[in-house]
Amino acid sequence: MNLTLKVWRQSGPTDPGHFETYEATDVKDEMSFLEMLDLVNENLIADGHEPITFDSDCREGICGTCGLMINGQAHGPQKGTTTCQLHMRKFHDGETVTIEPWRAAAFPVLKDLMVDRSAFDAIIQSGGFITADTGGPRDANEILIPKIAVDSAMDAAACIGCGACVAACPNGAAQLFTSAKLAHLNLLPQGQAERWKRTEDMVETMEMFFGSCTNYGECQEACPKEIPIDFIAMMNRDFLKSKLKNRKLQGQR
Amino acid sequence: MSTITLDSKVPSGPIEDRWTSHQFNMKLVNPANKRKFTVLVVGTGLAGAAAAATLAQLGYQVKCFTFHDSPRRAHSIAAQGGINGAKNYKNDGDSVHRLFYDTVKGGDFRSRESNVHRLAEVSVNIIDQCVAQGVPFAREYGGLLDNRSFGGAQVSRTFYARGQTGQQLLLGAYQALMQQVSLGNVELHTKTELLDVVTKDGVAAGIVTRNLVTGDIRSWAGHATLLCTGGYGNAFYLSTNAMNSNVTASWRAHKKGALFANPCYTQIHPTCIPASDEFQSKLTLMSESLRNDGRIWVPKQFDDNRAPENIPEEDRDYFLERKYPSFGNLAPRDIASRNAKQVVDEGRGVGPIKNGVYLDFAESIGRLGENVVFERYGNLFDMYERITDEDPMKMPMRIYPASHYTMGGLWVDYNLMTNIPGLYALGEANFSDHGANRLGASALMQGLADGYFVAPNTIGDYLSGLLGKTPVGTDDPAFSTSVAAVQDDMRRWIAVGGTKSPEYYHRELGKIVWDYCGMTRDKNGLEKALSEIPALREEFEKNVRVLGSPEGINQSLEKVGRVADFFELGELMCRDALMREESCGGHFRVEHQTEEGEAKRDDANFSFVGAWKWEGTGTTSTLHKEPLVFESVKPVERSYK
Ligand SMILES: Cc1cc2nc3c(=O)[nH]c(=O)nc-3n(C[C@H](O)[C@H](O)[C@H](O)COP(=O)(O)OP(=O)(O)OC[C@H]3O[C@@H](n4cnc5c(N)ncnc54)[C@H](O)[C@@H]3O)c2cc1C
Ligand code: SF4
Ligand code: FES
Repeated sequence: MNLTLKVWRQSGPTDPGHFETYEATDVKDEMSFLEMLDLVNENLIADGHEPITFDSDCREGICGTCGLMINGQAHGPQKGTTTCQLHMRKFHDGETVTIEPWRAAAFPVLKDLMVDRSAFDAIIQSGGFITADTGGPRDANEILIPKIAVDSAMDAAACIGCGACVAACPNGAAQLFTSAKLAHLNLLPQGQAERWKRTEDMVETMEMFFGSCTNYGECQEACPKEIPIDFIAMMNRDFLKSKLKNRKLQGQR
Repeated sequence: MSTITLDSKVPSGPIEDRWTSHQFNMKLVNPANKRKFTVLVVGTGLAGAAAAATLAQLGYQVKCFTFHDSPRRAHSIAAQGGINGAKNYKNDGDSVHRLFYDTVKGGDFRSRESNVHRLAEVSVNIIDQCVAQGVPFAREYGGLLDNRSFGGAQVSRTFYARGQTGQQLLLGAYQALMQQVSLGNVELHTKTELLDVVTKDGVAAGIVTRNLVTGDIRSWAGHATLLCTGGYGNAFYLSTNAMNSNVTASWRAHKKGALFANPCYTQIHPTCIPASDEFQSKLTLMSESLRNDGRIWVPKQFDDNRAPENIPEEDRDYFLERKYPSFGNLAPRDIASRNAKQVVDEGRGVGPIKNGVYLDFAESIGRLGENVVFERYGNLFDMYERITDEDPMKMPMRIYPASHYTMGGLWVDYNLMTNIPGLYALGEANFSDHGANRLGASALMQGLADGYFVAPNTIGDYLSGLLGKTPVGTDDPAFSTSVAAVQDDMRRWIAVGGTKSPEYYHRELGKIVWDYCGMTRDKNGLEKALSEIPALREEFEKNVRVLGSPEGINQSLEKVGRVADFFELGELMCRDALMREESCGGHFRVEHQTEEGEAKRDDANFSFVGAWKWEGTGTTSTLHKEPLVFESVKPVERSYK
């Protein structure tokens, strides 16, 4: 099939950027979306033009590196699928496809389709961990964890940190990402000691970088790992409690 | 030619006591002195993130580097199956000794016994550590940890978190690392790629990096440097490794004097989705567990173009079941892979470009019902369908082997130190624990063993000797010459101004390495590769096209240096394979097989680690041998008939 691509090109963070139109010819159904872009890049290089910069690594939907706005949809049209796992059979001959980077205030464009998502690391750094220095722990089976608890924790922990939730949100909010990490750790017995401090710290850090949530629900739709917004509700409840709990833990009433 | 003695520094005494007594005998750095030492950790996969976090907890000043935009994206994230630990929770007769034994035997008696024993010992601590961090390993209803059996082991010792074990283990290590970053104990540099290892008077002094966003080339000095930079499976171009995995860090260390051991020991995984066309960028692994219920076959006739459902039973060849009646479809990875290659080479392959074999679930669906089969493999079937648009519940899957893991790597002693004092290699980047073949679920174990438990202990022995000595500063000529050389390289690549992309040359190189140094190898093929690779490299150096500038983001420039290193490595892989006139584990020399077509080891002549020293571009590398001694496990012939 042949496609017309409208691709966002931006030489650096300070360049205002613009769309360029490219023809992608001889695209095969079996190609992934990124392999289609590889092909376009090969041709650009052959013609002496700088290739389009975009990020990817595992190309199997697990590392969270890839991420493009395809026709205005984060990760494109297929539900529960990352850009790298999207295949060209979802498109048809003659179609025009618009390709943009994630658009969010907290994710500045570095070049073309590549953005800086280090604000996510800042959220994790502020409390997304369980303190357990190497070497000290007791036997793994001494902690009994109900299967349903660990299964829910795993549902939340499946987040790949891609940022599609933020890109899809009209407010550029990071509630889904943050709540997924909080749910992973707060649902486990090992995570209880730091639960309230973690919640307060992570939510406050999130608010420093990202917009606020007004319940659009677009994040859940865009999420390639289908993380449910129920976790946001849990985060909100925990956050409300956390102020009080943290004061109590300090011995204040 | 210089002489190097490879001192493995393996402690003496009974094998069960060696690690314990070694820990006692090593010199320590007291807590107050630890903060006087700077340790550079390169790589944030399981090995690197675990090491950086642990060293920081101990009080060392850690600087940590990764070319990824976040530590969480390291290739370790992609591991699916699980991690071994000799917990014997299932009471099925597992023990540290059995895991040790299985690993030595699985490695086809080409690994270092003492290292493997230590790995088995600390495997139990790894599971405790990960659970304490909140890794959501699968549980039974009663709340205890669940296990599965994996990779042909006779016991259930594999811990798993759905099909995302690597992801969960890496997130655990990443979170521990980020906590240390927040405490100010680790200085983290993402999007920062190591491009040279700097030595002064033969001792590791630090590294030179390029900032992938700004293009800035910088020096970093440290008392010790840990390379935790992963394996080199992408030498084949197509592999299950992440696209950006590369050998550059190890290779630049190699060119500064670190020996590279057993480069020809590479692992091919039998169940991957076959390539669909020329533009295929990577291959996707399908879990090995599928072989428990899938039957592997190809048509008996050549060029049989009928759809699978129209091929009657009598026209099908269930070749693994036919040749290995007792193991059947569960024959070990290397055997299953080689047999698939054989039938495809014969012209009996299936699929649009006849490059796969069928993995058929029809019989299991008939026996167990659709629901049971879907419950077991549904998520894998979905992944397969997303890529191929075919539903394995309705028609057989197509699979073909692909490069998956590399057992070879930088030579290290028992302390995980390379032959360059102060330079360590951890995880897949070193050669030490898997011999000629790695067992399933053992790479995650080794990465975390090295990172959490081994290197943080052994490093003190080296650093204690440096107390009171000032390290070489980044203003030393050793650093400035290296920086200048790296900058020259950048300009040189752009100046070539040829016609073909780095990607093109990587793909062409990969074809040669795969054809002649892949699943099977022989003298003629390897010699051919050894003449073709240098010729292609010459063309690459004259005709590659890298556009843009050395400043700012330039993905072609990142790629071109990695491809250049793969060229040199590819040659060394072939040279090593040619030298090793035997078959063992993943290294199958056609000339050396039993009458039944099995790998034939030659213990009398090849029971050694082959460690190569770089002698300069255009000069043949020299071989140094570390003899392997087996005191606890007696080498036997592998048989899976
Ligand atoms: C698809 C797949 C499935 C697997 N499944 C399993 C499994 O089920 N069980 C199992 O035990 N093993 C499995 N393995 C193997 C296992 O995942 C790897 O061997 C292991 O994760 C390697 O970890 P590592 O820490 O050594 O390296 P990696 O995770 O590869 O990390 C390398 C790190 O080094 C950095 N780096 C590299 N070069 C440079 C440089 N020049 N400068 C700066 N940084 C650099 C990278 O950014 C990265 O952070 C699987 C492998 C694959 C491909
Ligand atoms: S919550 Fe979903 S969309 Fe958001 S970062 Fe995680 S995986 Fe991506
Ligand atoms: S490239 Fe890893 S998730 Fe897409």
